[in-house]
Amino acid sequence: MRAYKPKDNVQAKAYYTDRFFVSPQVAKFSPESDEVFAQDLEAIKSKFEVLDAYIQVGQMVVYIKPEDNFRVLKLMKKELTYTQLTEMSAIDWIAQRGGFEVFYQMLSMDKRKRIRIKMFIKKGEAVNSVEKLFRSADWSEREMFDMFGIEANGHPFMKRILMPYDWQGHPLLKTYPLQGDEFAAWYEVDKIYGKEARDAIGPELRDPAKVDRYDSERFARLGHEVPKGTKITGNEPKVVQNYQEDGGVFMIKKFDKKDSVVIDDPQR
Amino acid sequence: MQVKNRLNPFFENISFDRVDNEMILNFGPQHPSAHGQLRLMLHLQQEMIVKAHPDIGYLHRGMEKMAENMIYNEFMPTTDRMDYIASSSNNYGFALAVERLIGLEVPRRAKVIRMMLLEINRVMSHLFWLATTALDIGAMTVFLFAFREREYLMDIIEGYCGARLTHSAIRIGGVPLDIQDSFISQLRTFLDKLPANIKDYEDLLDTNRIWLMRMEEVGTISKEMAISWGCTGPMLRASGVAWDLRKEEPYELYDEVEFRVPFSDKGDNFARYRIYMEEMRESAKILYQTIEMYEKCVRDGQTELMAHSPKYISASKLDIMTQNYSLMQHFVLVTQGMRPPVGEVYVATESPKGELGFYINSQGGPYPYRLKLRAPSFWHTGILTDLLPGHYIPDVVSIIGTTNIVFGEVDR
Repeated sequence: MRAYKPKDNVQAKAYYTDRFFVSPQVAKFSPESDEVFAQDLEAIKSKFEVLDAYIQVGQMVVYIKPEDNFRVLKLMKKELTYTQLTEMSAIDWIAQRGGFEVFYQMLSMDKRKRIRIKMFIKKGEAVNSVEKLFRSADWSEREMFDMFGIEANGHPFMKRILMPYDWQGHPLLKTYPLQGDEFAAWYEVDKIYGKEARDAIGPELRDPAKVDRYDSERFARLGHEVPKGTKITGNEPKVVQNYQEDGGVFMIKKFDKKDSVVIDDPQR
Repeated sequence: MQVKNRLNPFFENISFDRVDNEMILNFGPQHPSAHGQLRLMLHLQQEMIVKAHPDIGYLHRGMEKMAENMIYNEFMPTTDRMDYIASSSNNYGFALAVERLIGLEVPRRAKVIRMMLLEINRVMSHLFWLATTALDIGAMTVFLFAFREREYLMDIIEGYCGARLTHSAIRIGGVPLDIQDSFISQLRTFLDKLPANIKDYEDLLDTNRIWLMRMEEVGTISKEMAISWGCTGPMLRASGVAWDLRKEEPYELYDEVEFRVPFSDKGDNFARYRIYMEEMRESAKILYQTIEMYEKCVRDGQTELMAHSPKYISASKLDIMTQNYSLMQHFVLVTQGMRPPVGEVYVATESPKGELGFYINSQGGPYPYRLKLRAPSFWHTGILTDLLPGHYIPDVVSIIGTTNIVFGEVDR
């Protein structure tokens, strides 16, 4: 039987994992173990619901409800001196939990501390934009939209930033294909003319920069020139290029318009 | 009625006649002073910019997606292609993030070599910045001088790792090689000359009328604006915040070396220029100290270059070639990759451009579940939206120059 490959996660997978392998965890510490973090957490807890909080690798992680994100970040900026939004983005958990985890990486230069605010949103939900608080979120939220399709309510310019504006799909989703579609060249031919016309029409040219070596219409075959429109077999003899006529350059010494031929058709 | 032809197509829903005097100028994506593929859509009132809209993504290679489908060691050469002017600092940022994730302590000798590489990269990057920015302003001599010195550093790096731009000189868990015999003497020769070289540049620029006119009071970033836009590195320090991660959140042995953090409260192009120059001097200071530290390591007989952690790091080449178990371990680590513990980490380092951060979310697999690259240049490009309005067209060139953006890093 062919191995089952889930469609909701097309990412590379470990081809072998030991049956008894149990991955260790990065140690988590209670926020009370750090004085500054404990105070910050108290300040957030006094006004908002905190779902979970711990310290991991020296930084505090706080889980909040998605509807509170603007007000929590405002509190952190105005009262807790976390003045810089260093980084924000999302993590795709659609296959496991049906949504995304959005994280805000905050920095307080006064306290020399970093806090990561995290929240879980369902697929298709939007987040509140924090662009009014941190200008850096302007581009971060656009990038998040571009990569995951998560929109930010209240953002002034919710457009793609890295991918072309007419791009389909969001590249950092786990469902996004890792390779191109090899049948794409036949889609339009099949739809318009039917599958049986494939031989007559040939695959659609999807690479505008492609050079066809058998094309005698549009591309000069340097050194192997043939008259325009000739069928090319690929065995043409090499044409010796004479860049200067024997006996010197041909010069018109005496021009008589009556004896000369005027060529009207540039295609000849 | 518009005449329709191939060069002048007819769009029925777009009006080309405007009542106001505003003109839209496309600056780039192919423009020599845009330092890469930056497209700036500038709305102009005569020569003054009223609205700026930077358009990026021309160099987007999807590094974050690539990282999710590579084992950790495979991703190292990809990080070279972010900030390709100082690629060791990207290698280092990634290596440090993975080391923090798996909780690895790197041997001291490797730390010293890493610091040397990082500071050489910083000087290289700043020299490159000086050369290109001066060239944009029109100072050809400075360009030639600075590239001459940078070439010398690139030769040293080439002697170490074989590559000039994409170094991949740092591994997760240490460094692959000890420095070559000529490294220290070459570096000393360079460092002894550097103060005189910097003085040369300053003599050419500091009192140069053209340079001052293009730099002073141009592109002023206020403190609030810099913080709000996520500016880091020289951009932030020029705006009055003395924030350097090497001092504030010391990694490696930066808490053992002495150096100053130059900063200015002017926030204009000239302040940024001064900070780049001073940082080169500070880097030279650090490099002198690392040479001493290295020589002490040699005296003390510390020869370890890679951390010892058989679960994550391959053994030394000698062990792999002579011991069966090391060979098996190496085979598994190369074919399947290391599997860091479940957890997440955000590690920021001070790259020459600013705060270079790596956020890694590991689910215990050989591939990171999510890897976010926090490249400083991304926000240094974004700030152009707010910075350029009110300036004139020639200022655009000098402002882009002093932001020191590299598009391998902006677009990733």
